[in-house]
Formats: sequence, structure tokens, C-alpha cells
Amino acid sequence: MQNLNFDIAHFLAGSLVLVSFMLLYQDRLYALLNVYALHAVVLALSVAWQAYIQDAPQLYITAAIALLFKAIVIPVALHRMIVKLGIQREIETVGGIGLTMLLGMGLVALAMVVTLRATEGAGLLAREDLAFALAVVLLGLLMMVTRRNAVSQVVGFMSLENGLVLAATGAKGMPLVVEISVAFSVLIAFIVIGIFLFRIRERFDTVDVAALDRYRGEHG
Amino acid sequence: MSLGPVTFLFLIPALAAVVIALLPGSKLSAYVNAGASFLTFLAALSLLWAERPAPGAYVLVDEFNTIFVVLITFVAFTTSVFSTTYVEYELETGRVTPAFLKLYHALYQALTLSFVLALLSNNIGVMWVAIELATLTTVVMVGIYRTHAAIEAAWKYFILASVGIALALFGTILVYMAAEPVMGSGLNAMVWTDLVARAASLEPAMLNLAFVFLLLGYGTKIGLFPLHAWLPDAHAEGPTPITAVLSGLLLNVALYALLRCKMLLAGIPEALAPGPLMIGMGLVSLLFGAFMLYRRRDIKRLFAYSSIEHMGLITFAFGLGGPIANFAGLLHMALHSLTKSGIFFAVGDISQVKGTQKIADMGGLTSTNPLIGWGLVIGVAAIAGLPPLGIFTSEFLIVSATLAKQPLLALPLVLGLLIAIGALFLQLNRIAFGEPKGPNHKVKCSYVPMILHLGLVLIAGVYLPATLVAWFQAVAKLLG
Repeated sequence: MQNLNFDIAHFLAGSLVLVSFMLLYQDRLYALLNVYALHAVVLALSVAWQAYIQDAPQLYITAAIALLFKAIVIPVALHRMIVKLGIQREIETVGGIGLTMLLGMGLVALAMVVTLRATEGAGLLAREDLAFALAVVLLGLLMMVTRRNAVSQVVGFMSLENGLVLAATGAKGMPLVVEISVAFSVLIAFIVIGIFLFRIRERFDTVDVAALDRYRGEHG
Repeated sequence: MSLGPVTFLFLIPALAAVVIALLPGSKLSAYVNAGASFLTFLAALSLLWAERPAPGAYVLVDEFNTIFVVLITFVAFTTSVFSTTYVEYELETGRVTPAFLKLYHALYQALTLSFVLALLSNNIGVMWVAIELATLTTVVMVGIYRTHAAIEAAWKYFILASVGIALALFGTILVYMAAEPVMGSGLNAMVWTDLVARAASLEPAMLNLAFVFLLLGYGTKIGLFPLHAWLPDAHAEGPTPITAVLSGLLLNVALYALLRCKMLLAGIPEALAPGPLMIGMGLVSLLFGAFMLYRRRDIKRLFAYSSIEHMGLITFAFGLGGPIANFAGLLHMALHSLTKSGIFFAVGDISQVKGTQKIADMGGLTSTNPLIGWGLVIGVAAIAGLPPLGIFTSEFLIVSATLAKQPLLALPLVLGLLIAIGALFLQLNRIAFGEPKGPNHKVKCSYVPMILHLGLVLIAGVYLPATLVAWFQAVAKLLG
């Protein structure tokens, strides 16, 4: 039974890394949002499984937040926003998809090497979870760096945050996990509301981050 | 928890934020803001005399954070006074709407709360949450003008700072995972005082990894190179009181968080020495900031880069360690906070008087507006580290500690400081002296905060009270 518990946790955390890779090669915004919803569902399952094997009922709240808020509310809200604000739907990437995928693989390898070496004292499950979580975090960072549209940067940030929640739930009995996941949800809601409130349409319309330089006040 | 000063420190800003949000009209909110900030400062002052509560699971009061709570609530108070006249003018010129002004004041109190919470928390998780709260509130405040440039700056700040706090959270989780096998699961393994007490029995490899993440995460908020990119934009595009708060308070609070993490590692001989990492990042930030000062065309950006330079210097000093360097680092943190916010008070008045932030459109301020012109001159002299102003003392101590410990490092350090002095005076010459340029709007300014800050910096340079010195020395010893 112990083995099965471990295998399922391992499988779910591994799936999260896999879905992170799927996020990397999307070139349409709607598809990206769908894959992100999948990412959140996998996270919810993973957290729920951790709640079950650690016998930590409060983690079910985190799982429920992931399922309701991240897998349903946020993608739907962003979807509607893309329609309403008329944001361009293609995703512009910096560098090719192939290169990004290669970099992604390098980052996953790095995450494995670093965490497995540094965490010899911790339990096996926690170690593996941490390695996967770091991989998801790094892939999220990679996505934020290689995307030019603000919406896909936000999705990159949200996937990064899912990695953090995975790490936090994998750490046995970590206090404040629920609070932290709520804080992060507030943060994300904040971005989405911010987009609406400030109507950063131009920001989302111009795919060109180079436009930033123009507003620096440095060029005349 | 009994009704000690700590309770008031949390309650006053929290209540004030709610009261401001509920108040009708925006005129009054500026005064409520200043009044609440004053009360918070009084509560902080009483920490100096009140009996310290025993460290609990959430709250810790010790020498280290008491001094910062007092400093930060003081600067928050003077900034809120400066802010009253500043925002009044902004409202007149229509740069902000009354509704946004109310939001601004409510957020100002929320920001104070998050600073106090970050400083007084004895729990690495709560500290992280507080710094996240500070980030969120400042993001909105930077974007409050809603101009294209302001929104760009807020967005950039938001994305970079979020990545920073995400990395810091990962580091926090790693600390917990390192502590969990030894201290058992649950809240105990996140309580800072317990962690430090039992640091020697924690897994060093894991703490090393944790520290790297914490350094990168909180380093983003400190504005260390190469994670500084948000800082100049956020400083330039937000309202000037917020610029003063960012430079004077937020950077310090983030550095405080990093120092707490460093103290955790200091107890373990087998763990990685945090010193060299901090020395390296600090020195690079110092040199980078100093060189970037030369070609700035925007006055707020100029002093934003100066903040990067000084935070680099402070990080360098703490990385060096030892009683003298730590003492100098603490002194420099306090004085930089006072000086830089004082400078930004002058800069805020200048940009309102001239109606622009472009250095090219300013000139001859000492003859047209003697008070703010000379205020700026004194501020720049202080920040450049000229005697007899206070920063000279701390910079001198840092340089002499470097000479004693790592003489070779003194070379780039002094070079960086000299480059910064040259750049600052070059720019100051254009702003404060020469032919008067540009319009000269009639603006009601609050001069008292600026005079108060610069006066304190001058006094600190001439005479440091013995009790203060003893206090700083005790904290420096604590820092190892």
C-alpha cells in the first residue's frame, strides 16, 4: 500500500511537469488557457492525493481552490477578457519552440540534479515531489521569459505558482499552506482584475516588449 | 496576546485603512493617513521602553527589529505628511481622481501594516506573506496615475516582483523541509527563533539551496543586480511619496528579511558561507548603479539608480560581516533610508514646480527656489558621502572594514563610490545651478519632512548618541 501511495503521488507530480511542457509549445491563447486548466486539474488531484496520504484534511481546501478557482474561474475569466478586449490570439515567442523545449529539458535535468543532491536527508516522497516542483517552477519561469504577450506571461506565472503549491503540499505537515495558496489566489485575482481595472489593452495588444523602452523617458 | 505596543502597531494601520476606505470624500483621507501614521510611529517608539514580549509562534521583538520598526514608521509618518500637500496639487492638476486618491491612502496604511508585519514576524511563512502584501500594494500605487508609462512600469514591477516572491517562497518551503525531520511537522518548524536555536542540527545542503532561492527572491525586492530591472521604472512612474517609500522602506524591509535568513545559516559551519555571495552581488550592484548614474535624463530615475548603488553597498557590508562592517551596514541602512526619502521629498517638489521630471528642463533651482534647491544640494552631498553628513561615517567604516579584512576588494569599492560621487555632482550641477530653465509653477510644498530628514542625517554625522551606538553594536553582534 505504501508503494502504491508513493507511485500515485509520483505519477501525479510527474504529470504536472508533463503538462508544463505542453504549455510551452502552445501557439494559440485559447489552447494555452485550456492546457492551463488541465495543469490546475492535475495540481488539484495531486494536492488531494497528498491530503489523503498525509491525512491532512486542510489540504483538501487547497485542492478545492485549485479546482474551482484555477481550473475554472480564471481560465473562463481570461477567455472572456481576450474576447472583450480584442487581444491578439497568436502567441509570439522569443526564440523557436524547439529551442524552448530543449531549454526546458535542460531545466528539468537541472532541477533533478540540484534537489536530489541537496535533499538526501528528507523522505523519498518529499524529495521527488520537490524535484518535480522545482522543475515546474523553472518551466514556468522559462515560459515567462520566452513569451511576449502579457496573457501568456500571466499563464506562465500561474503555472509557476502551481509548482510552488506542489512543493508546499509535498512538505509534510507544512503550516500555512492553505493560507499561502489563498494568498496566491488573491494575487492572481489581482492580476486579472488589474487587467480589467486598468484596461491595459494596449499592453496586451502590442506584442512588442521593446515598446517598454520607449516609455523609459530615456530617449528624449 | 496582551494589549502591548505590538498590538497597536498592527491595529492602527489596519483600522486606518478601513476607515479611509469608508470615509466620504478624499480631502480628509490625506489627514487621516498622516494622523494614523503618526500614531503608528508613537506605538513603535513605545517599543523602546515597553517590556518585550517573549518570542511567540508569530511575533518576535528584539533589538534588531525594534530599531527598524521605529525607523520605518518614522519615515512612513514624515512621508505621509509630505504626501498631504503633494497629492493635493496632483488632484488640482487632475493627474489623479478623488476615488483613486482614497485608494492610495488606504493602500498606504496597508503598506505600513505589511512592513510592520514583515519586521515583527517570528515566522518565515508570515514574513513571506507580509512581503507579498507589500509588493501587491506598491504595484497598485505605482500604477495609480494610469498613464501608459505608469501601467508599463507597474506591470514590469509586478511580473519581476512576483517571480522574486515566488522564488522566496520556494526557499521558505526548503527551509521548512530542512527543519521538519528535526523539529517535527507543524508550526514549530517555521518559527524563526526555534530555527536559529537548532540550526546546527539541520541538513546543511538543503539550507544552502534554500538560501540561494531566498537570496534571489528577496534580492529582487532589494534591487540587486541583475534583478533590479523593475526598480528604476517603478521609482520613476509612481507618485513621488511612493518613490520615497520604495527607496527608503521597501528595499530595507526586503534586506531585513534576507539578513534574517543569513543569520539562520551563520549558525552552521558546514553550510555555505552567505558572505561571498552577498559581497559579489553587492559589489556588482554598486558598480552598476554608479555607472548608470551618468546618463540619466529623468531625475527620479537618477536617484533610483543611486538606491541600487547604496543597497549594493549595504549588502556588501553585511556580506563582509564582523562587528565593524555590520555596524556600518546598519548605520548605512538607517541613514540611506532617511537621506533618500529626504531627497525624494525635494525631487517631488521640484517635479511639481517644473512640471516635468526631465533633468534637461531644469536648472538654476538654487536661485529660483532656494529652499528645495539647497535641500537637494545637501541631500545629494549626503548621499554622495561627503563629510560631515552621516553617510560619510558609515561609508568610511565600510571602507576601513574592507581594508582590514579583504584589502583587494577595497579597490573596486572605492572606485564605485568615487564614480557615483562624480556622476551625482555632474547631474546636480545641471539641476541646481546655472541658468534658471523651464516654468516655475506656484506649488504649496511641505518642507518640514525634508528639513527634518536632512537635519537628522547631519546630526548623525556630527554626533551619534552613545545609546544608539551601543544599540547598533548589540545588533551587529547578533548578525555575526
